[in-house]
Amino acid sequence: MSDTRAHSASYVRETMLPEAEPPVTQTGAIKWMRENLFSSITNAILTLLSVYVIYYVLSHTLGWMLFGIWDAGSLSECREIRDELYGEGASVACWAVLADRWDQLMFGFYPQDLYWRPVLALGIFFVAVAPILFENVSRKLFYVTAIAPFLCFWLIWGGSIWTPVAVALGFVIGWAVFRFGSEIVGALLATIGAILLPILYWLLLAGTVGQGLHAILPIGIEFVDSDSIGGFMLAIIIGVTSIILSFPLGIVLALGRQSDLFIINKSCVFFIEVIRSVPLIVWLFTASLLLNYFLPPGTNFDLLLRVIIMVTFFASAYMAEVIRGGLAALPRGQYEGADSLGLNYWQSMQLIVLPQALKISIPGIVNTFIGIFKDTTLVVFVGLSDPIGFSNLIRATTDWNGIYWELFIFIGACFFVCCFAMSKYSQFLERKLRTDHR
Amino acid sequence: MTEPPAESFRLSQLIYDTRYRSLTIQVVAFILIMAGLVWLANNTVQNLQALGKDFNFGFLGSRAGYDINQRLVEYTNDSTHARAALVGILNTLLVAFVGCIIATVVGVIAGVLRLSNNWIVARLMAVYVEGFRNIPTLLWILIVFAIMTEATPQPRDFRGEDAEASMILFDTVAITNRGVYTPAPVWGDGALTLVAVFLASLVGIWAFRRYARKRQEQTGDILPVFWISLGLFFIPSIIFYFILGRPVTLEYPELTGFNFSGGTHLRSSFIALTLALALYTGAFIAENVRSGILAVSRGQTEAAFALGLRPNRTMNLVILPQALRVIIPPLISQYLNLTKNSSLAIAVGYMDVRSTLGGITINQTGRELEGMLLLGLFYLVTSLIISAVMNVYNASIKLKER
Repeated sequence: MSDTRAHSASYVRETMLPEAEPPVTQTGAIKWMRENLFSSITNAILTLLSVYVIYYVLSHTLGWMLFGIWDAGSLSECREIRDELYGEGASVACWAVLADRWDQLMFGFYPQDLYWRPVLALGIFFVAVAPILFENVSRKLFYVTAIAPFLCFWLIWGGSIWTPVAVALGFVIGWAVFRFGSEIVGALLATIGAILLPILYWLLLAGTVGQGLHAILPIGIEFVDSDSIGGFMLAIIIGVTSIILSFPLGIVLALGRQSDLFIINKSCVFFIEVIRSVPLIVWLFTASLLLNYFLPPGTNFDLLLRVIIMVTFFASAYMAEVIRGGLAALPRGQYEGADSLGLNYWQSMQLIVLPQALKISIPGIVNTFIGIFKDTTLVVFVGLSDPIGFSNLIRATTDWNGIYWELFIFIGACFFVCCFAMSKYSQFLERKLRTDHR
Repeated sequence: MTEPPAESFRLSQLIYDTRYRSLTIQVVAFILIMAGLVWLANNTVQNLQALGKDFNFGFLGSRAGYDINQRLVEYTNDSTHARAALVGILNTLLVAFVGCIIATVVGVIAGVLRLSNNWIVARLMAVYVEGFRNIPTLLWILIVFAIMTEATPQPRDFRGEDAEASMILFDTVAITNRGVYTPAPVWGDGALTLVAVFLASLVGIWAFRRYARKRQEQTGDILPVFWISLGLFFIPSIIFYFILGRPVTLEYPELTGFNFSGGTHLRSSFIALTLALALYTGAFIAENVRSGILAVSRGQTEAAFALGLRPNRTMNLVILPQALRVIIPPLISQYLNLTKNSSLAIAVGYMDVRSTLGGITINQTGRELEGMLLLGLFYLVTSLIISAVMNVYNASIKLKER
């Protein structure tokens, strides 16, 4: 076949040509632009429009931000420096407000010589969450995780060291009752005892134990009032505490909502639906105006604590819905498989159902975390001074009257960094836990 | 045949026998919950007694005595607290309604553009979505409000021959730091007929679409549905507009004295709240739309092409119906979120239901318990209605299996 063609054709090339470079329009930047920016008339119009938008925004903000003034004591001083440097009426930012009021934006009115305490607490917090967040960290760090809540609490509020120790003792009691009691009186009674005994201890004994220990061995650091906590420190305290507390509560509520037991099911549904359908701000007002009505006469406790409780309830209702989604998405066979292995309810939940359901609901859980952290800004309306509250306070002083954008941009940037980091971490976790090998 | 030995009931069966255990747990839970509720109610009664207050809603009928600058129904400071609450409710619903419409438009556009193969547009939309999703709503509301009040001209800047500021859109809309002034329609004689004609043409479009679909199913002919609908939408109304002698005219805002008068005045607080909430919710809706479109597998598009459908028909007949099933439920819960977030009106001084019923009324009458209860009830009912709508929709689009 090839022979005949070779003879019949008038000309057949017998040597290979050297490879030629592709045309200029088919390589490098030009090809990329043709494919990604100007592939059709609509796309070209959209591209030009976007370029114009970017140019418009940057031309108005970039110079303003980059030439900003960092060193001044007040807005009028800032303007004088600006007039000197760039001429009358030039539009530049006055970042000096951040340098001037940095301490307040970060710590509120926390005593200046004690700043090391919240910073240390934050450090301990990061060490404590490291073994939870990343697998390749030493498992020994879980010991830090166990004591971190009490240590951070003590570092931030101060006071006698025996108060957190006395509270922690309750958990030790509960654990000990469960561990050793189950061999003596059976698992069910031990569980009930492990719940009831610590509660009784906290209600009746913990205060006395703490005071007694303090009387024997007075170790303590300076007590700091909740009123002096503010700025980002406040946002982080409220956010982190309610995120941590709402997680177990959310799991319990989700399980309750999935439960066959009529009364437990209905009361969980009621709690979740009522909390979710009313805005957080109304709940915060409830906490500040009404909570005292519902507690025994004469009880009056910290506004910060009340707000944390409310935010925790709020977060746990959302968390419950997210986890319920995960539970519902799990194939029925997993539940049935656990039953057929002879596992009881708690065993099947712990070993089979929850690990899978929580994995499915990771994106939703992290979204809830992000939402809660953003919502901590609402506490400004009940009189706590979070960053936004401080931006109002700073604007109310004569030095910085009329400064808006610098503060907003700074606060926004801080929130963006935290929330964006969380969402990136959730994507990392999703990739790591993906088992379906797609 | 012997009967199985009759077991005597032992108390330990309540805990160890699975037949009775669930009952035991429920009874214990019920008792605990009831005890908790009784404890709370008892505390409340005692606290109310100690403060010398009673629990009644009579305050709703008394004179409110405060003014509300933004209102959709008649209200003066002589009206009752109930009326003030109604004004607040309508204001909340107004923000929610307008906000949802803007958020849907913005969100759908941003979500589709983020999937565009145009590199720069996709990146720009990613910046928009991530920026709004990761920064608190409250901050956005304050930023938009600051832009509305600090970066816009004062009404007096519009004065004179060489004014510093000018009205936009052919001198019809004035953006000032006191709000936006837009033309207002004035309904003259025969306006009602015009509205009726417009409604009739809407019905006509609906009937025509039904007919077109039926005809296509029977004969396979495809009518130019879009162009005929467009014509039906505009032409009868315009014809009747001139036949009836222009019954609807526009009243333009004019600068008189120190401020604008005439036209519709949209307050800065309303615009800031609505716009910020709409952009914020729009970012979330964009993500829903994006994931909804991505959820339709590529095979569906390829199968549609293999059947010979054109790209826009593929989109309309194959992709969208499947994507909507994924998009609509989270979309509705975003609407619900927007409605709840409208309570952030407190940040800009917009008089929504929380500011009237849950704010000034409570402060004036000292009825925290009753006021917050009613406020909570309003939000509860609103969200129950919205979720009922969602459930009906979910049931109607549910995949019919076996």
